[in-house]
Amino acid sequence: MLSVLSKLQKGLAKTRSDLVGGIARTLTRSPKIDEAALEELEEVLLSSDVGFETAEELIEQLRSKDRSGLTTTDSVVEIFKAHLIELLDSTVQPPRPLPVPPQVISIIGVNGSGKTTIIGKLAYRLTREKKKVLLAAADTFRAGAIDQLAVWAKRAEADLVSSITGSDPAAVAFDAVRAAKNRQHDILIIDTAGRLHTKTNLMEELKKIHRVIQREIADAPHEVYLVIDATTGQNGLTQARQFAEAAQVTGIILTKLDGTAKGGIVLAITRELGLPIRYVGVGETIDDLELFDASQFVEALFR
Amino acid sequence: MFQEITDKLDAVFRRLRGQGKLTESNIADALRDVRRVLLEADVNYKVVKQFIADVQAKAVGREVLKSITPGQMVIKIIFDELLHLLGESHVPLKLGHSFPNTVLLAGLQGSGKTTLAGKLAVFLRQRGNSPLLVAADVYRPAAIQQLQVVGSSIGIPVFAQVESDVIKICQEALDYARKNMFDTIIVDTAGRLHVDEAMMDELIAIKTLLQANEVLFVADGMTGQDAVNTAKIFNDKIDFDGVVLTKMDGDARGGAALSIRAVTGKPIKFIGVGEKSDQLEPFYPDRIASRILGKGDVVSLVERAQSAVDAETAHKMQQKFKQREFSLEDFFDQLQQIKKMGPLQDLMGMIPGANKMLKGMQVDDRGLIQAEAIIKSMTPQERRSPQILNGSRRKRIALGSGTRIQDVNRLLEQYKVLQKMMKQMKQGGGLARKMPFGW
Ligand SMILES: Nc1nc2c(ncn2[C@@H]2O[C@H](COP(=O)(O)OP(=O)(O)OP(=O)(O)O)[C@@H](O)[C@H]2O)c(=O)[nH]1
Ligand SMILES: Nc1nc2c(ncn2[C@@H]2O[C@H](COP(=O)(O)OP(=O)(O)O)[C@@H](O)[C@H]2O)c(=O)[nH]1
Ligand SMILES: [Mg+2]
Ligand SMILES: [Mg+2]
Repeated sequence: MLSVLSKLQKGLAKTRSDLVGGIARTLTRSPKIDEAALEELEEVLLSSDVGFETAEELIEQLRSKDRSGLTTTDSVVEIFKAHLIELLDSTVQPPRPLPVPPQVISIIGVNGSGKTTIIGKLAYRLTREKKKVLLAAADTFRAGAIDQLAVWAKRAEADLVSSITGSDPAAVAFDAVRAAKNRQHDILIIDTAGRLHTKTNLMEELKKIHRVIQREIADAPHEVYLVIDATTGQNGLTQARQFAEAAQVTGIILTKLDGTAKGGIVLAITRELGLPIRYVGVGETIDDLELFDASQFVEALFR
Repeated sequence: MFQEITDKLDAVFRRLRGQGKLTESNIADALRDVRRVLLEADVNYKVVKQFIADVQAKAVGREVLKSITPGQMVIKIIFDELLHLLGESHVPLKLGHSFPNTVLLAGLQGSGKTTLAGKLAVFLRQRGNSPLLVAADVYRPAAIQQLQVVGSSIGIPVFAQVESDVIKICQEALDYARKNMFDTIIVDTAGRLHVDEAMMDELIAIKTLLQANEVLFVADGMTGQDAVNTAKIFNDKIDFDGVVLTKMDGDARGGAALSIRAVTGKPIKFIGVGEKSDQLEPFYPDRIASRILGKGDVVSLVERAQSAVDAETAHKMQQKFKQREFSLEDFFDQLQQIKKMGPLQDLMGMIPGANKMLKGMQVDDRGLIQAEAIIKSMTPQERRSPQILNGSRRKRIALGSGTRIQDVNRLLEQYKVLQKMMKQMKQGGGLARKMPFGW
């Protein structure tokens, strides 16, 4: 058994940068896109969690591109990057007219993906813009979840509507919508409990939260952001499919990009579901929030 | 959680089985599919590469073409490799005679450490220990409250301080545990990135101070390719003793298990299967490896049979099996179907225990033809009620089918054995589970 492991460990010694450097080497050696180069390009994608199918398709597209202009290393990689950026940007729609306040934003996703933290950051950004923000603690399930959001509300100088642990999350959402209307908040952000997309009852609970909101404000929730952890593998696509089926997801928020994970699964999500990526989380402090930038994201894939 | 891999590999090898002899090219095809299956399961691409190379080296050439079919051999090799990778047996927590014993939980943000702390406390209490939870995450908002709520919901005391010096908290926790006769402390730490030097140093300091008996790396079961990076650095820094894979109650395929094992060599000790405190299961590598390859060959035999048998016959057969009446007429039908399914020797090899039961019996294709002839020479009534086959009837049948009376007797013996086997298969694959590879 030890020999199997040690062999594997040897194989793993090759790092990502070796890989990326490898493409450069291969391509300089030969001006045309040879199979070895494509294979290495594929490995860059695979190592970023883009996924087998999406990687294959993207490589196929590169293969079928007109090669006459391709001479140097850079141009191949650059052409490929441009293609990815185009793909990501294609999902960005022109900004919708802001709804009559309060605008309702629902934050959903699997357990531990970074929902509550991103809400703190978003609220902070909005209150900096002199918006009146209300947060709803509709995660009434997880231990300490309400306290956690309360801390963020305080830090962001946002208001908070909460109930007690174990209470009905839809009722909290309802109270919050009423409060936002009465107290004239510009924006209401709903924190929901983390839930695995495979749990039917929890997905039904989510639908109910949204139904209750909609009953109060017909076109709400105006935004539903699905929070995806950048370390997520292929399950991220399944998550996106299931959440998009249960809710009108309007965008993706990609968290924990400050680590070494690349978050490539969002490429697969964007391709299949056409969902735009809105924000990225890059740390645990209140201003570690950035607007998604396709070219930065793609550059990072090749770094 | 590995069901999807199982299904896919199954499909791959059903294709392979039909091909008779194994050639370098047809195994390449299959291995390409396996590569894809493993990648889709989030096994790190480098691990996959090495894995495939190993399997290929073992599959092509000398080791392959022995008595069993090529497909079976490849499955066996892949199974063995997976088993090697995942480790052979369930490894228990390493708790010694320290007073108190210390369990330290570490991992990325949101991986499930605090939840696991509660689960382990329940687990240890069930084993007769008296655990104390220690809140050493002073960073995340309300992290301490979270642990306190967890603790009170399961009736386990929590040691917490308003203090922000984690080392001091841990020191005081040790003293508190000793004074209050807690034999084990479970230390919940803040989530941290492996590339965060300062935070990793803190972890090393905690481990050193506690002289931790058991350091567990807590990883999200949905993790993708990055699992190797985090696991490697955490292991380099704190040399953890084991791994816990959380959120395995979802449909993530859990390839991270393989990746982490490959890069650290450390055993996976538990899996988390829910948010509640009792949703913790031991990790049995052999079970997982078996699941990756399918529940024994019977399943694929049945599937293969099903595709060969037209739906109606299959249904009729099922009804028959249910009622435990399996006549010679059915046997005859079966023989027809078996002919469609491929070489008889292959099929028998797929039924666990079949070779043993049929020892000394003729199960080659020539025997099949003979059996057909014998059954054809019977009257419909004889086929339905074989018990009426007395000596004179047997003699007549032997004459009519151009065989000897011994041949007729042997066929009736085989029929009885088959009837018994059908009954066993129907009883829910007990045999299959015990011997995924009957040979
Ligand atoms: N490094 C890093 N950590 C993050 C980021 N976003 C969130 N976290 C951390 O990840 C952990 C989980 O974040 P939460 O905001 O509690 O996640 P959640 O989705 O609300 O979790 P549940 O409600 O328990 O499902 C916390 O420890 C956060 O501090 C990020 O962008 N980078
Ligand atoms: N479904 C599921 N959720 C889990 C599991 N373990 C932890 N969680 C959830 O994952 C989230 C993060 O867990 P937590 O223990 O706070 O992670 P920590 O940040 O590492 O301490 C919480 O919502 C937990 O309820 C598990 O095995 N299954
Ligand atoms: Mg939360
Ligand atoms: Mg925690």
